[in-house]
Amino acid sequence: MSSTLMRTVPALRAAARASAAKPAAAAMGTSFVRGKATLPDLPYDYPALEPYISGKIMELHHKKHHQTYVTGLNTALETIEGAKSKGDLTKAASVAPLLNFHGGGHVNHSLFWENLAPASREGGGEPDGALKKAIDEDFGGFDTFRKQMNTALAGIQGSGWAWLVKDKQSGTLGLVTRANQDPVTGNYVPLMGIDAWEHAYYLQYENRKAEYFDAIWNVINWKTVASRFDKS
Amino acid sequence: MVYFGFLTQLLSVQIPLEAVSEEQYNTTMAAATYTLPSLPYAYNALEPSISAQIMELHHSKHHQTYVTNLNKALQSYSAATASGNVPDQIALQAAIKFNGGGHINHSLFWQNLAPSSSPDSKLEAAPKLMAEIKATYDSFDRFKEAFTAALLGIQGSGWGWLVKEELTGLRIVTTKDQDPVVNGEVPIFGVDMWEHAYYLQYLNGKAAYVQNIWNVINWKTAEERFQGTREEAFKVLKSQL
Ligand SMILES: [Fe+2]
Ligand SMILES: [Fe+2]
Repeated sequence: MSSTLMRTVPALRAAARASAAKPAAAAMGTSFVRGKATLPDLPYDYPALEPYISGKIMELHHKKHHQTYVTGLNTALETIEGAKSKGDLTKAASVAPLLNFHGGGHVNHSLFWENLAPASREGGGEPDGALKKAIDEDFGGFDTFRKQMNTALAGIQGSGWAWLVKDKQSGTLGLVTRANQDPVTGNYVPLMGIDAWEHAYYLQYENRKAEYFDAIWNVINWKTVASRFDKS
Repeated sequence: MVYFGFLTQLLSVQIPLEAVSEEQYNTTMAAATYTLPSLPYAYNALEPSISAQIMELHHSKHHQTYVTNLNKALQSYSAATASGNVPDQIALQAAIKFNGGGHINHSLFWQNLAPSSSPDSKLEAAPKLMAEIKATYDSFDRFKEAFTAALLGIQGSGWGWLVKEELTGLRIVTTKDQDPVVNGEVPIFGVDMWEHAYYLQYLNGKAAYVQNIWNVINWKTAEERFQGTREEAFKVLKSQL
């Protein structure tokens, strides 16, 4: 199984890189077929992130949770289309929270899968090149950045995400958290996200979420993050 | 069977909080310290609706963490008040609301659940509340449908509550994260919709969790809260001081 993956992954990865010109839009773009959102394939096998994230978590997270956001997004878009065609703008506007939630869930998870990789391959370690330089400048070093990101993750009250972002105007890096499935939009380009919903770790880590936040650094795909950084 | 009002009063007098160091405790005597209430039933008492493993983690880990962090926040707050540090006082309010809300919500939640074998879990245990539910929602089934839809519509972590409001009567409300229902309404019963409340047993199937929780609602407690005042509903918290 894993040898099959080894062969297919470079192609997937190249495709992901080629379409990563605008990260958020690319994640949506690659998974839209004829105007419908579809669940993107994972660029690795479900157990590939073990022992840091269990295969069972990955399978449920991808096949069930992400699929639910995809389905919910398509339903929201259909409702908006239907309302629009009847000129019912109030009805169309009332779908906004569902569009934000499911659309955000789809975008966030699509970015998340891509910024993870097995520890035996691209996962873990530290970034190099221009991204390393930017992290050193803006956070005072990788260790400080990592600590700040973990503090941000631990501080999320409820469900949400933490992101390493690049400010479009100033070009500087920063950390932001988002509640629930609110996507990173506006002035920020999302470079690397960590899912802090309980479904992302509970089967393996239960209430010990700090252990999950420590472990996930072993499977961060810095190549993807660097490529998002370079292209933004 | 342990009724936690009495027990926790006893506990809070005799046992210093493990989360609070003696030094912290001495310097911040002014702040109230809360303790984890005992459950009014065994961890496995709500099976098969809610597994013992979920109940144990939920109570001994999650609820305990809210209590621990509430005490920490209150101690820092009282130190900030003593030293006239207004920015710190303001900054601490989010932690007090979150962890205090977590403590309030879970304390109310444990009490409004009961084993399905108990007469307390039968609708007949809440005659006055049932009459009001029927008057407001036409039938119990319509109410159940509306409450279920509200629970499943929560985006992210949160709670669903049936509350009684002085002017408008019964109402279903949802709250995000650990926001407590403390705006004057009487909480009748609540359902925890955080993923930790069901994930180990139901995985992503939260609709099944919601369907099964109806088997373990404590209608006797719900009836008492419905007939009582807000202060009476929150009494359980005072006893944990
Ligand atoms: Fe997720
Ligand atoms: Fe909970």
